[in-house]
Amino acid sequence: MNDQTLFSIFFSAMVVNNFTLALFLGLCPFMGVSARVETALRMGLANIFVLVMTSLSAWVLNTYILEQAPYLRIISFIIVVASLVQIVEMVVKKIAPVLFRQLGIFLPLMTTNCAIFGLAIFQTNRGYDFLQGIVFAIGAGLGLTLALVLMASIRETSELSDIPTIAKGTGLTLIIAGSLSLAFMGFAGLL
Amino acid sequence: MRATTPTQDFVRGIWMENPVLVQLLGLCPALAVTNTVKNALAMSAATFFVLTCSSVLISSVKHLIPKEVRIASYILVIATFVTLADMTLQAYAPVQHKELGAFIALIVVNCMILGRQEAFSSRNTVYRSLLDAVGVGIGFTIALVMMGGFREILGIGTFFDIPLFGPNFEPWVVMVLPAGGFLMLGFIILGLGVYEQRKLAKEARGEAA
Repeated sequence: MNDQTLFSIFFSAMVVNNFTLALFLGLCPFMGVSARVETALRMGLANIFVLVMTSLSAWVLNTYILEQAPYLRIISFIIVVASLVQIVEMVVKKIAPVLFRQLGIFLPLMTTNCAIFGLAIFQTNRGYDFLQGIVFAIGAGLGLTLALVLMASIRETSELSDIPTIAKGTGLTLIIAGSLSLAFMGFAGLL
Repeated sequence: MRATTPTQDFVRGIWMENPVLVQLLGLCPALAVTNTVKNALAMSAATFFVLTCSSVLISSVKHLIPKEVRIASYILVIATFVTLADMTLQAYAPVQHKELGAFIALIVVNCMILGRQEAFSSRNTVYRSLLDAVGVGIGFTIALVMMGGFREILGIGTFFDIPLFGPNFEPWVVMVLPAGGFLMLGFIILGLGVYEQRKLAKEARGEAA
């Protein structure tokens, strides 16, 4: 069991140990869907939902099933994540077809989004209970959204500026991410 | 699909279509565990093992997997091998296992591995899938060791724990921190871009003359 307070779990997941900028989880959507602020925001929200659901399911699995068979952990977690993503995909396709097209390949790719799988693993390793897990998931989701939106705003602005052709694209995105990550290190002393 | 020779299957993943530096797949482990060469090597070895075994297994049973559930089946195969790798490392290299932590389990969600199964193993023979997997695995190792090497040399001033610069070296601590990973990969990719552009320009001049 872990006796961290809920607030410190939340804050640590959101800024201090930001999933994208400090732990390098969920980089594919971070590079892929961060061209427009609006899309980035929605991707972030979809992520929060999946993260919370994953945290719930991981807790149920850990408490009731995996006690007896810890070696099945990786396999069972990935199945849970894959099914959840499938459900979210169907729901989004039905409710918001425009968003579905904007997110494109990155929605099914959430299955292989390390942030979601990583959340389940971290939660288990740190022994969070039910409530701590949920708070951890919300914090992590908000952190992902924050990073995505910040990145998208910088990229939208940088499109208008005069950049040497050689630096356009991934190289520049990575260096921007590096600077953001440096900025987030400033939060390290808070907790 | 373009036909390729077995040699091309093997060579292409190493540099021309390097999974990390060119295709930008599997970035999470490439950035997260490359603060020293040792960690980078342990991570590459585990990934190499999982990739090769899954490719061989999947290409040999590809006719038995129904098309509708192929992705789920691939993931299951990969997850099985990751569990194996996880337990083996825990037994034989407990120190590295502790350093890499959750990132061994995260090999499951390495898009590079799933990508190779979907794009190659599911429609090629066992032998060629093996070649492809070994090539891509070597490419991944090269990228990781390169990142780990640069970051360790600049950030700690050592290579494989051997001090390089003597006591007056002031380490660039930022390089072993998360931010350094992003910056280093960014600079490597920019460098490759400059190199490619020079090469293209040279070829263009050659054709004009």
